Amino acid sequence: MPPEATSQKWNIKTGLNGDFIFKGITVVFAFSILAILLIMVYEMAGESLPAMKKFGWRFITGQDWDAVQGTFGALPYLWGSVVSSVLALLLATPLSIGSAVFITEIAPKKFGGVIAALVELLAAIPSVIYGLWGVLVMAPWLQQTVQPFLIDHFGFLPFFQGAPYGVSMLAAVFILMIMVVPIITSITKEVLLAVPQSQKEAAIALGATRWEMIRMAVLPYGRSGILGAVILGLGRAVGETMAVTMVIGNTPQISLSLLSPAYTMPSVIANEFAEASSKLHSAALMEIGLILLAVTLVINALARLLLWSVTRKQSGGGL
Amino acid sequence: MMRSVALRKTKNLLMTALMVAATLTVLVPLALIFVHIVKMGLSSVNLDFFTQIPKPTGETGGGMANGMAGSAVMIAMASAIGIPIGIFGAIYLAEYGGSRISTVIRFAADVLSGIPSIITGMVAYSLLVVPMKGFSALAGSVALALIMIPIVLRTTEEQLKMVPGTLREASLALGVPLWRTSLKVTLRSALTGVMTGILLSIARVAGETAPLLFTALGNQFWSSKLTEPMAAMPLQIFNFAISPYEDWHRLAWAGALVLVTVMFTLSLAARYFGRTRER
Repeated sequence: MPPEATSQKWNIKTGLNGDFIFKGITVVFAFSILAILLIMVYEMAGESLPAMKKFGWRFITGQDWDAVQGTFGALPYLWGSVVSSVLALLLATPLSIGSAVFITEIAPKKFGGVIAALVELLAAIPSVIYGLWGVLVMAPWLQQTVQPFLIDHFGFLPFFQGAPYGVSMLAAVFILMIMVVPIITSITKEVLLAVPQSQKEAAIALGATRWEMIRMAVLPYGRSGILGAVILGLGRAVGETMAVTMVIGNTPQISLSLLSPAYTMPSVIANEFAEASSKLHSAALMEIGLILLAVTLVINALARLLLWSVTRKQSGGGL
Repeated sequence: MMRSVALRKTKNLLMTALMVAATLTVLVPLALIFVHIVKMGLSSVNLDFFTQIPKPTGETGGGMANGMAGSAVMIAMASAIGIPIGIFGAIYLAEYGGSRISTVIRFAADVLSGIPSIITGMVAYSLLVVPMKGFSALAGSVALALIMIPIVLRTTEEQLKMVPGTLREASLALGVPLWRTSLKVTLRSALTGVMTGILLSIARVAGETAPLLFTALGNQFWSSKLTEPMAAMPLQIFNFAISPYEDWHRLAWAGALVLVTVMFTLSLAARYFGRTRER
């Protein structure tokens, strides 16, 4: 802490204290972060009240979404969000951890650095551009090549039934996977870099092969941090709007088939909110937003706690 | 129990190969996207793209001049709102912080930066669009500012913390008040790092689409007032991409190339600032 002595000097002319004013400004701005979070929750909750009152829990269990009739059930959107994000994470997690380990432990330092920089640049590409590529390049490719193949060879499974539309749950899963991989990879990389060198050297000194060192010394040490990175990726996938909206087909249905179009929570907000036909319609969309906000708040809080525990351990124990 | 050395070595080799494969699987689609944007974008970008506004449906040609101008205006306004809040908030955390409340604010900022950007759009809608009875560039800017604040705050705080305490003490010992020390000594010596954070936050919001959908809304034409709907490049890319028209797809690719170029330039500039700081 800096000494307080100078802050006692009052300006004789104005009777004001520069330090007092300055601290006041910084306090107000710092606390505005908390205010923003609270206002977000308050506004979203307030605006969705009409829908909450009218439908209660049926809002979450109902499957009918009809703006003309005034019935709103959000289950298809919840289903679409959960399935697309979870499947994308299942694909992205092993890939991300694998490449993070490659960057930090296997590749020569310079080469690994180049790959890491590339991955970080790609994490900065806006989602609308992933969506542009998804809808104009990937979806047609899925429709003409991948989906017919899946139908021919795995059509007996409930997951691969129906016609090849291109835009589908499968397309959403792929685009989400491509988008969250750079995020999980770069955070996992940071976590792995925090593993003490002595830990690794000890494993090598005991005669471990490189893989055994990674499995016994590196991954266990970074476990909670890696989990934090994956959960952060989940939060990103759940909230991802533009790219998913462009490739998922925007059809509110619950289907086991990955080939059929679906719908997610952010997508329905993106498509309908600006043109909501009635007060109840926009309240229903606000309630979907509120659910999304609650889910992402919990996910992000959890991820940050896990990641913070790693960085604390590092600064506490290492130095 | 000892496993045979040969088996362990084979396993080592196998796992190494798997990790190389994982890295390739990660890089290939990203490379495909990048190459495609460059290829399609280069063949679509021309002078008209930078000087014309979109042509009506059915006519070929046109550009995204109004979208580029709109994006620039809204990013400038978002910066004017978001950067001061972020920097002064960070000064509080770095200089006065240390208490429990600072940890709470830090945590809130981290959580806030993970909230889907479409939610900030909805909040800006109910705070500004509804009372003002219309979509506006102002509401769009506020939505973007909400995204910038936590990024600027956290990066600035990290940079301020790296300034050695002796520097502060030297300034205070010379009789410089704490507030002037914070601004003229601490913030000044962390300036390049702070710039990095600012550039990264601008790069982030430059591509944001979701928060503008029902705040700025988009505009086919030029708009001169901040209280009116305004065009933005990401919005135009979105609308053109999902349209059925070949010529609009062409514009979308050109827009994507320009946007990616701007963002990569910002990222590289940020890296440059970050590097000069390390020296």
